[in-house]
Amino acid sequence: MKPVLFYKEPEKEQVINEVIPYLHDDLPDSASKVLSAFRNDRVKIPIVYVGLTTSSEVGGARKTIEAIEKYIDENELDAKLVIVGSHGLCSYEPIVEVQLPGKTRVAFGKVTENAVPPLLDGIFNGYALPELSLFQYSSDILEPWAHIPLRDELPFFANQQRVLLKNAGIINPENIIEYIAYGGYRALAKTLRKYTSDTVCRLVEESELRGRGGGGFLTGKKWRAALEVPANERILICNADESDPGAFMDRLLIESDPQRVIEGIILSAYAIGASKALIYIRNLYSLTTHRIEEAIRQAYDFGLLGYNILDSGYSLDIVIRKGPGAYVCGEETALIKSLEGKRGMPSIKPPFPTEHGYDGKPTVVNNVETIANIPDILLNGVEWFTALGTEKSKGTKMFSVSGKSNETCFIEVEMGKPLSVIYDLANGVKSGRTFKALHLGGPSGVPVTPEELEFPIGFEELQEHGIPLGSGGVQILDDTVCMVDLTKYFMHFIRNESCGKCIPCREGSNRMYKILDNISRRPYSNESHNTLERFKGVIQLETLAEVMRDTSLCGLGQTASKPLLKALKSFRDEFEEHIFDRKCRASVCRDLRTFYIDVDKCTGCTACARKCPTKAIFGTPRSPYFVVEEKCIGCGICMDTCKFSAVYFK
Amino acid sequence: MEKIIDEVLEQNGHAGMDSLIPILQEIQDRIGCLTEEVIIRVSEHLNVPTSKIYGLATFYNQFRFEKKGKYHIRICNGTSCRLNGSKWLIEYIEKNLKIKNGETSRNGIFSLEVVNCMGACEFGPVISINDQFYKTQDPDSLKELLDELSNEE
Amino acid sequence: MNYTIEVNNRKIEARKGDTILETLKRNGIKVPTLCNMETLSPTGACRLCVVEVEGRENLVTSCSHFVEPDMKIKTHSTRVVRARKALVELLLANHPDDCLYCERNGECELQNLAAELQVRERKVQHKSFGQKLDLSSPGIVRDPAKCILCGRCIRICDEVQSVSTFEFVKRGCNMYVGTTMSRDLNFSNCIFCGQCVLACPTGALRERSNVEEVMDALSNSTLIPIVQVAPSISVSIAAELGLKATKDVNGVLFAALRKMGFKYIFDSATAADIAIMEIVQELISRKEKSTDLPMLSSCCPAWVKFVEQYYPEQLSWLSTVKSPQQIMGSLIKAYFPGIGNINPSNIYSVSVMPCLAKKFEARREEMTTKGVSDVDSVISTRELVKMINLYGIDIASIDSQQADPPFSIRSSAGKLFGVAGGSSEAVARTLNFKITGKDLHNVRISELRSVNGVKEFKFKAGKQEFTFLVVNGLKNIHDLMKELIAGSVKADYVEVMACPGGCVNGGGQPFVASTKDVKLRAKVIYDIDETNAIKCAHKNPQVIEVYTNQLEEPGSEKSIKLLHTRFSKREVLL
Repeated sequence: MKPVLFYKEPEKEQVINEVIPYLHDDLPDSASKVLSAFRNDRVKIPIVYVGLTTSSEVGGARKTIEAIEKYIDENELDAKLVIVGSHGLCSYEPIVEVQLPGKTRVAFGKVTENAVPPLLDGIFNGYALPELSLFQYSSDILEPWAHIPLRDELPFFANQQRVLLKNAGIINPENIIEYIAYGGYRALAKTLRKYTSDTVCRLVEESELRGRGGGGFLTGKKWRAALEVPANERILICNADESDPGAFMDRLLIESDPQRVIEGIILSAYAIGASKALIYIRNLYSLTTHRIEEAIRQAYDFGLLGYNILDSGYSLDIVIRKGPGAYVCGEETALIKSLEGKRGMPSIKPPFPTEHGYDGKPTVVNNVETIANIPDILLNGVEWFTALGTEKSKGTKMFSVSGKSNETCFIEVEMGKPLSVIYDLANGVKSGRTFKALHLGGPSGVPVTPEELEFPIGFEELQEHGIPLGSGGVQILDDTVCMVDLTKYFMHFIRNESCGKCIPCREGSNRMYKILDNISRRPYSNESHNTLERFKGVIQLETLAEVMRDTSLCGLGQTASKPLLKALKSFRDEFEEHIFDRKCRASVCRDLRTFYIDVDKCTGCTACARKCPTKAIFGTPRSPYFVVEEKCIGCGICMDTCKFSAVYFK
Repeated sequence: MEKIIDEVLEQNGHAGMDSLIPILQEIQDRIGCLTEEVIIRVSEHLNVPTSKIYGLATFYNQFRFEKKGKYHIRICNGTSCRLNGSKWLIEYIEKNLKIKNGETSRNGIFSLEVVNCMGACEFGPVISINDQFYKTQDPDSLKELLDELSNEE
Repeated sequence: MNYTIEVNNRKIEARKGDTILETLKRNGIKVPTLCNMETLSPTGACRLCVVEVEGRENLVTSCSHFVEPDMKIKTHSTRVVRARKALVELLLANHPDDCLYCERNGECELQNLAAELQVRERKVQHKSFGQKLDLSSPGIVRDPAKCILCGRCIRICDEVQSVSTFEFVKRGCNMYVGTTMSRDLNFSNCIFCGQCVLACPTGALRERSNVEEVMDALSNSTLIPIVQVAPSISVSIAAELGLKATKDVNGVLFAALRKMGFKYIFDSATAADIAIMEIVQELISRKEKSTDLPMLSSCCPAWVKFVEQYYPEQLSWLSTVKSPQQIMGSLIKAYFPGIGNINPSNIYSVSVMPCLAKKFEARREEMTTKGVSDVDSVISTRELVKMINLYGIDIASIDSQQADPPFSIRSSAGKLFGVAGGSSEAVARTLNFKITGKDLHNVRISELRSVNGVKEFKFKAGKQEFTFLVVNGLKNIHDLMKELIAGSVKADYVEVMACPGGCVNGGGQPFVASTKDVKLRAKVIYDIDETNAIKCAHKNPQVIEVYTNQLEEPGSEKSIKLLHTRFSKREVLL
């Protein structure tokens, strides 16, 4: 048997006839009843849910699915297998959930293919394997499982404010009916029936929603600007390129709840009077692309997209365009260039895209997360939204947390909560390690020290302390991470990803990378000018950073020096250690290692001395050798050569 | 190959400059890489100078001018994978297979692509060989894996 | 509408729709620029023109921002100057240190900027750049190490010439300017017009120098060095030699060349007169047969290569008459030895041209006789200036001299070849005479002067009407060719000059600061036309002499053998 992916034709007819016409208002009972069935409030046969997203795919979810199919076939069970998205508990993937008739839905983590038979053996006999069980859903009408925490009470969920992620992990992302059953497309129906474009713009302006892509520009203001430019055609672009290394919020949001993004796109396009919307999605995101394509197809099928949506007279087409991979295409003018079939080099503003954008038409570029906020704002009202968050930053923010954290996860937190919430949700660092910093916002973000974790999440709130909120990629860093190496990594990233157009960004990042590389390496020779170079370089860093910020053409260059400047400020001692003592406390900068020979283990075989490129190892054959520190360049050849593990480094 | 180009261009009959990237993407998906011939044909079809197409193709990570190896190795070098040691994997491959990012080994067996984030941060450093994912690799286990693959040859 | 803005605490007037840079320039405030060129669209790439605008967080580029009412600008605050200096330092970090050996030493914009901003210390040791010198082409040398990626060559090739040979390749710190598939220039679609060389602020693009081989020839006593000088040289070189820019320095130039050791000095304008005779003959005969019309001019070698690449089907439209350089080249080796009684194999024929494509033209297979090029060496105006300096010739103290017969007299029509529209004007004069037997009442055809883009000129000679089209700068040529092929535009003679403004703005000419200087050069040529006694090619006695002595008449078998050429399709990546 194969997993149930789509709706069946009669189901579609039923929803189109009995539900969709009533979506704009309170639902009549008949419609509610139809939807309840699709929500699986009660089931007649057991349902097995498997979370399938890119991250769980890497974790082996496809094999788990195969194992479940095999199990059900072999045991000739009457059960249904349904694909769902991700709860955000990436470290527990693959996650399998089971709903037996009359019992609550219960979730199990780390269900690899081998764990499937024992799990299903148990569960179909009314026994939930305790070592795998994660949580169960609360229900008033179903019998709960004993000794399994409720989902809402689990700290991971209790400490989040899941608005955008409301459906993530719960619904089948490849079935539009489930989205509708969980309240989807009601905002669209209501808006098309009740509001004009102008009103939608006004409502979003009042909601003070700010762009979630990193810039924090007021979304309503941007829309208004585009709406006020007289034009025959306007364009909405949904930026799902997400090339920030280590950020995967947008990807998991789309993979878990693609219809929310589609609904958001339709609403945003309606607000600016656009008749065409483009989704710019990363080419590497194959499953994500598949899900969004499927979502668009289904939305067309249900009359929610295309010509004359819900009989409102408004028409919209959505086209998917695969981004061929360039970080700089997150910048809106570069993105537009890329869509136009050119090199993604940012152009000068003004003119802003809202006046002269894609194909010369007024264009609004919004991030996926921004767009996903729109349906709830319009459905629940401005007051509901502004009640969330702080005075200056409304709503919630999604984060993807990875790195050296105990758990990798994907979360949504209310603005105004302290940054430590993120740390806690990721369950801190692994035991035995010390927490060093939380890196917020990727290559244009900054490392946040443990003391700074009390700062509230928000645009202005963090900016006050010189911390940009960024797009939402978070890495937890522990003591095995070298800050010099990390900033070097980001600078390397920028120098490769810079479009190369303007001098400060192209040459500045290159120069900074070389300076950082220089201090994380041993000098190739001991000439005095070489040492001088290192110092001169470090002195230059700050001026360079200032010039880059001041003169770069686009945001990429303007923010590129942020990680470096903050690291220099907060982790100065680590930098100084690299420069003055030539030591890397995390032993990441391998070039700086000094090698020693263990006198007890060395047999004096001479192998290392013969291989040493700088002749830094001395001794008499058949008695222990030693390394002359001054001469050692830290290449590690001696260590590779030694058959007796006598070589070690500090 | 010519047939594939013909087909793709035919599908994009009256296309403008904005379909340049989708056309190249589709051709590369089907042929495996871009070639001089592809550039010439697309240039004629869209009436765009070849230099613009070449400049565009070299700008983006996705496009390549070298055929992929029999085993196409993708290594994630996102921040998280980097923290967990992708650097050593890349170094290992560069050193032992003598290929750099975007290159194919001389015998055509391996090719390397370093990508910015594959979105599976919890299993880092993530590598994929011919779109099949392998999790938590260190140079030693990578060596085993690669040895196995090259022994199959 | 005018605004008042405040610059450096001083109120100045600004026009609405002007950029900050334009406003500053008009008010005598100089802001350094690098990627900006007056004829090209601004890109804001170099960031050197940044200024501080009150209320803006970051510095803004003055080339791309428009003035706004009540703007408060600081153009040379410490912050601005420091930023500019840092930018130049960054560029220099990747730039070779060999200024003293560089072709552009003293004329380099980067060098000037570094001096202006007082960069006095190399903060980074230079590491050599990976890409190699491209010496493949006969006209243009590319040195990627010296490229600062301002993109001027790309834009000029794109926006002015629509050839698009260059484009940025790759991205970020790996970016460079390259051709399709990173081919060498000689295997690209470059037409060697040399406009990119004029646009390049550094020595990354320069002409392929032939100075040394010319000097070798001059010092070789067995050779007879002969030089021909193109019509546009004498009007462009004056400023470079320290003379008044508006002066025609033909005579001085000839004297200087003679001092260098050239045995015979000929004026290419005389060859241009011969070319006119041939073109007119060809045009009349094509018009009679109504075949291969419109006739496309072929005196611009860059344009010829362009047609061979882009319009191989229309090659028959090209006039088969050689360019004046090659006509003179043929005559020097095939006609002059008979008159001067010398051995043609001893002749070393040099031409001084405003053009880099001429270097390419001289190497064309069609332009050789028994494997030897008719023109042995071509040097550009800039190279000539260098040679004059090298030979220590004090221009101020030499007297004018004449060129040598049999090519010393030229009509001013021949001289007109130096400007765009000039050859049409010259052709029209002789065409009228050939058909009606009378001279034009007013030889000056102002419709064909200072043409920008494409211009049509209808002209009646007797009962026949001729339509001339004049094009310079290849920007509009594709559209025009499409229409000509479709037949929606009809013409008899289409004169195309690849460089905007014609040869006076050729790729081999001295660098100028603005297009005004180019216009000045054209004006000098027109002034000559006013004062010259012989205004038409057919009145040039030396032209008549050449025909009587050897060629018989325009279009004769002998003429065709010597003065006409052929063209062939070129397979390059377009």
